[in-house]
Amino acid sequence: MQKEIIIAGFGGQGVLFAGQVLAYAAMDLGKEVTWIPSYGPEMRGGTANCTVVIADEEIGSPLVKRPPFAIALNLPSFDKYEPLMQPGGVLVVNQSMVDRGPKRSDIQVILVPANEIAEEIGNKKLTNMVTVGALVAAMPELLTLEAVEEALRGHLPARHQHLLPQNFQALRRGYETAREQMATV
Amino acid sequence: MARQLIKGNEAMAEAAVRAGLEAYFGYPITPQSEILEHLSRRLPELGRAFVQAESEVAAINMVYGAACTGARVMSSSSSPGVSLMMEGISYIAGTEVPCVLINVMRGGPGLGNIAPAQGDYFQAVYGGGHGDYKVIALAPSTVQEAIDLTVLAFDLAEKYRSIVMILADGSLGQMMEPAELPELRPVVRKDWDWAVTGAIGRPRRILSSIYLEPHDEEVTNLRLLQRWFEIEQNEVRYKEYYLEDAEFVVVGFGTAGRVALSAVREARQMGLKVGLLRPVTVSPFPFAVLEQLSRRVQGFLVVEMNTGQMLNDVLLAVKGRAPVEFYGRPGGIVPFADDILTEIQRMVSSPLHVVSDPRKAWLERMLTVVR
Repeated sequence: MQKEIIIAGFGGQGVLFAGQVLAYAAMDLGKEVTWIPSYGPEMRGGTANCTVVIADEEIGSPLVKRPPFAIALNLPSFDKYEPLMQPGGVLVVNQSMVDRGPKRSDIQVILVPANEIAEEIGNKKLTNMVTVGALVAAMPELLTLEAVEEALRGHLPARHQHLLPQNFQALRRGYETAREQMATV
Repeated sequence: MARQLIKGNEAMAEAAVRAGLEAYFGYPITPQSEILEHLSRRLPELGRAFVQAESEVAAINMVYGAACTGARVMSSSSSPGVSLMMEGISYIAGTEVPCVLINVMRGGPGLGNIAPAQGDYFQAVYGGGHGDYKVIALAPSTVQEAIDLTVLAFDLAEKYRSIVMILADGSLGQMMEPAELPELRPVVRKDWDWAVTGAIGRPRRILSSIYLEPHDEEVTNLRLLQRWFEIEQNEVRYKEYYLEDAEFVVVGFGTAGRVALSAVREARQMGLKVGLLRPVTVSPFPFAVLEQLSRRVQGFLVVEMNTGQMLNDVLLAVKGRAPVEFYGRPGGIVPFADDILTEIQRMVSSPLHVVSDPRKAWLERMLTVVR
C-alpha cells in the first residue's frame, strides 16, 4: 500500500503544518512516511505546497505527478491540482476561497467552507485543520480521526497545547462536512 | 531510541553531534542552513564550539586548523559554497587530516538556484581542488541513511586521515521522514600520533601540505594513492533491489536512486525484469558489482539529477559489455517516478546498442520535451 497526498495553498495558511500532522499520525501508526515541502524563494502570501507519502514499505519517490488525494486551500491550488488528480481521487477544496465548482466528474471534489467553519470555532488559523479533517473522512483505509488527534496531542509544541480542543473541533467539523457530502454523492 | 519525524538537515546535524562532533565552522546557504541553525543552538549547549565564519573560505580554513588538533570537526554548505572551499579542501587533503563535510547540492553551475540537484558529483568524486587526492563521498537517499552515514563519516575520516564528504541534495535536506538517532556518545579525543596538541615532553609534530622537495611530494602522492586503494578495498557500499533475476539494471544514487526505486517497483508490477543498483559510496565507486552485472544483463539505465556524471563511472565499469542508457534531469528538477518508468519501458522494448556517449540520444529526446 502506498498513497500520496498534496496540500497546497497560500503561504501562511498552514499548508506545511497540515502535512506534518498527517505525517506524524502515519508515523505513530507504524507506517513509513515522507513529508517534503516546496521550498523556493517563498514568502507569506506566495504559494506553498507539500507532499506526504504514506506506505507500508520503504518509500521511493517523495514526490508524485498525479496524486490520489489533495487539499487545495485556495483557487490557484484548485486550478493547478484538479487536472492532475488520479481518476477516482479525492480533492478537498476550501470553498471559502474559490468561486467555482469542480470541472472533472471522474474525481470526487469535497467543498468545505473552511474559513467560515474556522471563524465559527473562533480561530481563523484553524482553516487547515478543518480541511485535514475532511480529507481524513475520505481516506479511512489510511488514517483515522483519532490517530490525527493523537498526533496533534503528541507533537504540538507545549506552548500550543492549550489550542488542542479548538483543533479537535476543527478536525471534527471538517470530517462531518465531508461525510455529509460523501453520503449524498 | 524511538523513531522521530525529522528533517534531513537537522538529522545530519544531530547525528554529527551524537557522533562526537567537537567543533563546527560554517556559513549559511540554502538549502542546508538548518544544519548550521541546529548546531548554533546545540553545540554551545553542550559546551562545544560553533563558529559562523565570515565566509566559506574562512570556515574551511578553520576546519583545517581544528582538524590538526585531532578533534572531530566538520563544515557543511551547498554547491556554490563548497566551490569556495575547494582550496582549503585540497590543503586538508595534502596535510592528511580528517574532517567531515556535507554538501547539500543545489542547481548550478554558478549561483544557479536552490532546488535539489546532483551536479557536484564530478567535484566530489574526482577531487574538485588541485593536486592528486581523492575524498570519500557518501550519498544518502533517506533521512535514516543520512544519519547513519554521518556517523560513519567521522569513523572513516579518522581511520584513513581523509576528508569524507556527505553528498546529499536539497530534497533530502528539506524532507522529513521517521528516523532513529543514535545515543549521544561522549566526546573522546583519541591520542593520535599525528595531531598537534602541544609538544611539551615529546618531539614536535609538524602538519603541513608543503613539500618543497619534489621527491617528498612524490612520496606523499604515492602514500595517498596507496591509502586510496585500501579505501577502495574496504569501504565500497551499495544497495541492491530486485537484482537476482534482473535483465535490465537502473543505476542511481541519492534522491535520483530512491525515485528510481519507485519506477523499478512499478516496472516489476508490469512484469518487467528490472532491478536497481544504488551506490551508497559514490567514491569509492562500486565498480566490481557493476562489472559482474555487465556480464549477464541486457542493458543499464543511469538516472541522475545532472547531465550525466556518474554515467562516466558506470561506463568505466561496464566497458562496452552491455548497452548503457542515460536519463537525467539537471538544473534543480527532481524526476518523477513516471518519467523514469517511461525510460525503463523504452529501454526494455527497443533495440539497444553500445554507443560512446549515451547522453547524445538522451539530449535529443529531452529537447523535444524541454524547451
